[in-house]
Amino acid sequence: MDPSVIRSRLAVAEGRLYWRSLGELADTLEFREYLHREFPAQASEWNDPKGRRQFLKLMSASLALAGVGACTKQPAEHIVPYIRQPEDLVPGRPLFFASAIPLSGVAQPVLVESHMGRPTKIEGNPQHPASLGATDAITQAAVLDLYDPDRARTLTHRGEIRPWSAFLTAMQAETARQKARQGAGLRFLSGPITSPSLAEMMATILAENPQARWHQYDPVTRDGARIGTQQAAGAPAHAIYHLAKADVVVSLDADFLTCGPGSVRYQKDFAARRRVTDERKEMSRFYAIESTPSLTGAKADHRLALQAGAIEGFTRELAGSVGAGPGGAAPGPGASVPGPDAPDIQKWVAAIGKDLQAHRGTSLVVAGDYQPAAVHAAAHAMNQALGNIGATVTYGAAIEASPVDQAASLADLVRSIDAGQVEVLVILGGNPVYSAPVDLKFSEKLVKVGLSVYHGLHVDETANLCHWNIADAHPLESWGDARAYDGTVSIIQPLIAPLYEGRSAHEVLTVFTSQTDRRGYPIVKDYWTRAFGGGSGWTIRAADGQPFKDAETFWRRALHDGFISGTAIADGGPATPFTAATAAAPAAGGAGSAAPTNPPPAAPPASAGSAAAPAAAPQAPAAPQPGGLEIIFRPDPTVWDGRFANNGWLQELPKPLTKITWDTSAWISPQLAREHRLSDGDVIELRYRGNTARMPVFRVPGHPAQSVTVFLGYGRRMAGRVGNAANEAEGFNAYLLRTSDAPWFGSGLEISKTGARYLLATTQEHHLMEGRAPVRVATLEQYKAEPAVIHEQAHNFPRTLTMYPDFQYPGYKWGMAIDLSSCTGCSACTMACTAENNIPVVGKEQVAAGREMHWIRVDHYFAGHESDLEGERAIESYHQPVPCMHCENAPCEIVCPVAATTHSSEGLNDMTYNRCVGTRYCSNNCPYKVRRFNFLLYQDWTTPSLEPMRNPDVTVRSRGVMEKCTYCVQRINQARIDAKREDRKIRDGEIVTACQAVCPSDAIVFGDLNDPASQVSKLKAQQRNYGVLEDLNTRPRTTYLATLRNPNPELEPAPAGTTEH
Amino acid sequence: MDSKLDAYALSRDDYNPPPLIEPGHTFGSVTEQIAAIVLTRRHPYSWVFGLFVGFMLSMMLLMAITWLLIKGTGIWGVNVPVGWGFAIINFVWWIGIGHAGTLISAILLLLKQDWRTSINRFAEAMTLFAVVCAGIFPLIHTGRPWLAAYWLLPYPNTMSIWPQFRSPLIWDIFAVSTYLTVSLLFWYVGLVPDLATLRDRAKSLHIRRLFGLLALGWRGSARHWERYEAAYLLLAGLSTPLVLSVHTVVSFDFAIGIIPGWHATIFPPYFVAGAIYAGFAMVLTLAIPLRVLYGLQDFLTMRHLENMGKVMLVTGLIVGYGYVMEAFFGFYSANRYEEYMILNRMTGPYWPFYWTLILCNILTPQFLWIKSVRTSPIKLFLIAMVVNVGMWLERFVIVITSLHRDFLPSSWGMYWPTRWDLMTFFGTIGLFVTLFFLFVRVLPMISIFEMRTVVPAAKVRGGKAH
Repeated sequence: MDPSVIRSRLAVAEGRLYWRSLGELADTLEFREYLHREFPAQASEWNDPKGRRQFLKLMSASLALAGVGACTKQPAEHIVPYIRQPEDLVPGRPLFFASAIPLSGVAQPVLVESHMGRPTKIEGNPQHPASLGATDAITQAAVLDLYDPDRARTLTHRGEIRPWSAFLTAMQAETARQKARQGAGLRFLSGPITSPSLAEMMATILAENPQARWHQYDPVTRDGARIGTQQAAGAPAHAIYHLAKADVVVSLDADFLTCGPGSVRYQKDFAARRRVTDERKEMSRFYAIESTPSLTGAKADHRLALQAGAIEGFTRELAGSVGAGPGGAAPGPGASVPGPDAPDIQKWVAAIGKDLQAHRGTSLVVAGDYQPAAVHAAAHAMNQALGNIGATVTYGAAIEASPVDQAASLADLVRSIDAGQVEVLVILGGNPVYSAPVDLKFSEKLVKVGLSVYHGLHVDETANLCHWNIADAHPLESWGDARAYDGTVSIIQPLIAPLYEGRSAHEVLTVFTSQTDRRGYPIVKDYWTRAFGGGSGWTIRAADGQPFKDAETFWRRALHDGFISGTAIADGGPATPFTAATAAAPAAGGAGSAAPTNPPPAAPPASAGSAAAPAAAPQAPAAPQPGGLEIIFRPDPTVWDGRFANNGWLQELPKPLTKITWDTSAWISPQLAREHRLSDGDVIELRYRGNTARMPVFRVPGHPAQSVTVFLGYGRRMAGRVGNAANEAEGFNAYLLRTSDAPWFGSGLEISKTGARYLLATTQEHHLMEGRAPVRVATLEQYKAEPAVIHEQAHNFPRTLTMYPDFQYPGYKWGMAIDLSSCTGCSACTMACTAENNIPVVGKEQVAAGREMHWIRVDHYFAGHESDLEGERAIESYHQPVPCMHCENAPCEIVCPVAATTHSSEGLNDMTYNRCVGTRYCSNNCPYKVRRFNFLLYQDWTTPSLEPMRNPDVTVRSRGVMEKCTYCVQRINQARIDAKREDRKIRDGEIVTACQAVCPSDAIVFGDLNDPASQVSKLKAQQRNYGVLEDLNTRPRTTYLATLRNPNPELEPAPAGTTEH
Repeated sequence: MDSKLDAYALSRDDYNPPPLIEPGHTFGSVTEQIAAIVLTRRHPYSWVFGLFVGFMLSMMLLMAITWLLIKGTGIWGVNVPVGWGFAIINFVWWIGIGHAGTLISAILLLLKQDWRTSINRFAEAMTLFAVVCAGIFPLIHTGRPWLAAYWLLPYPNTMSIWPQFRSPLIWDIFAVSTYLTVSLLFWYVGLVPDLATLRDRAKSLHIRRLFGLLALGWRGSARHWERYEAAYLLLAGLSTPLVLSVHTVVSFDFAIGIIPGWHATIFPPYFVAGAIYAGFAMVLTLAIPLRVLYGLQDFLTMRHLENMGKVMLVTGLIVGYGYVMEAFFGFYSANRYEEYMILNRMTGPYWPFYWTLILCNILTPQFLWIKSVRTSPIKLFLIAMVVNVGMWLERFVIVITSLHRDFLPSSWGMYWPTRWDLMTFFGTIGLFVTLFFLFVRVLPMISIFEMRTVVPAAKVRGGKAH
């Protein structure tokens, strides 16, 4: 500050001058400004009219301009309200549409739950005889297949994206050329087709191109059954079993409960015949003679482990004992049975034969799909000799349009390629490059074809070698039709417009017809309109037998019901019409002729047996040679022939008996493991007929000692991000060993230990009950004599031992009962729960770490002790689905520090995800270990195609939160809303949990325990009812009905006292 | 005082225990020697090295926790059925170690065990740091620590949701936070006279100011001493039940559960004894190198070491009794789950852990019966290290072997730690080392004024010398 300024100020001042600072005294401009600006910015403007105006102008301008900013064009988002609301669509409420999901051509009838146009969940079709409301696990997983982000999305030519018109142009030129030559260079390859409309298209094409050929191949071929039944019946036919009528069932290596067409219905019928109530203490008896242990065998009262090749010999002996064959005196069969066991076999044959004879007309012999024709023929002869035909088994016309010997058909195709006859090859589905028998060298042949077209859901191994790739439309997004195991036709209707540029097989075939622009809907509808008018041999009637008013009424009814009533073979439905005379040769005989409902076998039983033998000779390998092992092929229980390899749900579904996820394994017996010093996870090299493959082994008690079972479906290289085999697992491919002459088993296998180890991620490591009786077992005789035998197997806690009064549940009191006698362990419940409750896939490493997320698991136990697992005997195994027990005294609830898990007034043990902080104390304290924790971010939040798949009624859980079975609380609440609106109580059976709905054997029942008339209350009142770990006083709400066995006293002497498990 | 007690006092006086301080020390020399460590002496390179190692390990801890927060608890080895793994093992281990400090400070003070004076300061510091290390785990082991951080506290909120007071985890929150608070207060109150000493002796102005601030105006007047004594005694009284309560409550985390191997009435006393056992082992682990490094043999005499050895022997025997009873009841209960649990510990897949634990915690301490072992710093150090390992294994055995095979054989599983588990564990050891080395550097690790009371000169003047 300039002192001179101050001095001058002082000089001019008059009177007494006061100043606070020299600055004020100097009164400089800066100081005034400082005083003025003492208050925050813009404060002084408020007192200045001009400044204020300026300020407000600026403010309003910037506000207005901020609004202008909103005028920028944003990316288009179509949120358009319905102008015309679709009928019945209430936002927030799902709609259900009837449709079908085919597997190998055979329809599994379903109802698809659709949320605002998005299919999210599949239920069985309760009215359809092949479903009765249930489905299998594979069908449940179809939703994920639809939304699979790795699906083929578009049409490509040599890897480049092309429009449909380009394909059409190319094909029309080619078709015209072929037509001129009567289609001599045109070949089609597909799986088995039951679709009448597709068959008609194929027939038309073949009629226009008489020299063209249609080949069929399915890796899970049922040639044995097909040929055997044909030999017996004289025409292509297939057997339909009526297990609900059978008191004695003998399975000859048949896995009829979990594999193959009709298994869902068979499970239902089988369970019904074995359901013991306090009123009716009867059940059927089931003998399983089988090679590879299966879930069907696990349900057997007596299971005999034989090599697959020895089943035929056993069958002949058994046929002899029931008067349907040459008998056991023949030296042949005896020789095919391994020496040391021979006397035992005689005992089995005698006992089973006697039991069968005693139940003429109510017994049933079922031959396995993977056994040669001779076994089927002999089984057929036995059923006839026992008077079972027409009672427990009926024969119907083939549901396949053109039943062929598929192995021969594919071999034919390969021969034609070799002969240079194939110019255009159209592959409709399947993945033959991966799955064809190794001796055909299909991939080498395929590249020789001049023009190859592949139509499939994925760009897989076959697509990779074909010129044109057409993206297939999933059954949930396309029109079609298919027949169920009993012949009933289902219309497949789309739930959603194709997500990508998918075209159905119908639409692809139009290219080879004159009407190239037809879409799936008109094709299918037109076919059935004509069928209604009497074409194609169909007689269409409503369920009550009356004719429909018109075609439109029929069509709407068929769509609504999901099936066309009266089309079952048993109801007079015709064989799928297929009239092209030039179809693959073996089919020609049976085509067109509708087989009668119960055709009498063409040949007398004795000759059927003998006629079968020579026919089967080339197929059935000779008796096991010393030194060589037997190899058995089986479809994988979850990924099937490999087509579901990219389905994470199925990959993570624990495989039956072993509980392995994500990988295949070669099953060996504990004896063989000891001989070769192998333990679980050791990689072996398998050498068979000059081919080699590698597999990790897994010891399975009850496996035939000198056999090795390998499963199809793994070692894929082009399945997608989920299904591609890791480097070390690329050789784990059973197709590398499979030859066309012995699709299911053969001898001469050699194995050797490689020294490598492979991690097999299992969800259950311990398969013994350790005396804790989680599964309680009694024989029917024991139970009849003393029902308390069930409760004596563990301590029971006296209910009086508490100081507190019981909580009263004034409204509802939910509970569940699971009948272990019915449960087969098929794991459909786990899959249904996964789909319903948005359960994430965690991957192999996480499963190996013990972090699988399934809310309901299926536990598997062997009966007996450690030593029994090593023995030769086929030991009993049991399955137990374990959801949350919803304990009344829940140990999880008292330890949660934040009250995130609490008891509801209706008895549910609720989880509040939002409140959970993830201490995991509840999981530790849960004696049933049903709680699942999101250790990492398991839910896929980023893949867009998975978003529409989720059930909007169920919270999608994030990382760090505990979760568990809720008894499908969203379904309970839905029913509650409905009931409240109608001012009534929730009816029994109105709430069906996802696991209950899907269960093919009706083992799971849910309902209100306060209602004594409810089904679940009745089940809980049964003497068989018990709670697991009741001695802990947890008071589980999920209880179990003990499993009962019905052994033949001749084979199993009644044990003294309770069985020790 | 009645004559009986007098006689007792006499007889005690007749007993001449080895001195608590080597002869030749005066008030001045004690003060000088201890204060110099903080104020003037150069720190040995081993200190620099130790701090460096500790610091690096702490950084590893930071990294491990950061990755944990990014990815989730799944980076650890925990699973279903073993929902608790290293985090809870380490928590209980650290909390156990944190017991010796309070025991030495409070209970031994009340029992007038004057040999505690030379070890109580750093034992208390050890307690605090151990509780800090322990406190990390319960929080980060949760799935959503950012919510667990306050949802477990009973605070009023708009949702009117309280914690679930039946859960032992809530009891833990109260027990551990009380313990930390009281221990901190106790430690700090005990430090005040020494902080004043440092203030008075500090040469640098800043350091003088810093210590002056911390000394809260302590001038050493008689009135100060009187109030100090009262406060210290009160805090000792407060802390005493805590020594028993904290680990009792921690043991409830297990005992309240229904898992075989957890659900046992013996847990509270057995855990408390184990905690003292572990705590003394850790005090020895720290004291033996410290007295050599800083030449404190005069203050941390062989008598101290021997006494601590004796405490370890006694608590070790109690712990051993706990193990025996656990096994006995396993078989005697006639409960198949309990039977299986104890058999599984002994012969199951984790048998090496169980038997190493028995070796470490029951067999090794038996050497402490021998006087020559108790008076050999090296042997004592080795035994203390073995006990540290043993006590960690004890928690491993309790947490893991109980959970991994509980009721339903179908759900049995295995637990193995991942590298992140190990990094977190060793990280907390690093944090502990870092804190402890810093403590040694900036605060008197032995109570100066209390040491002065055991100088012979104090005895000559008779009575209490404060």
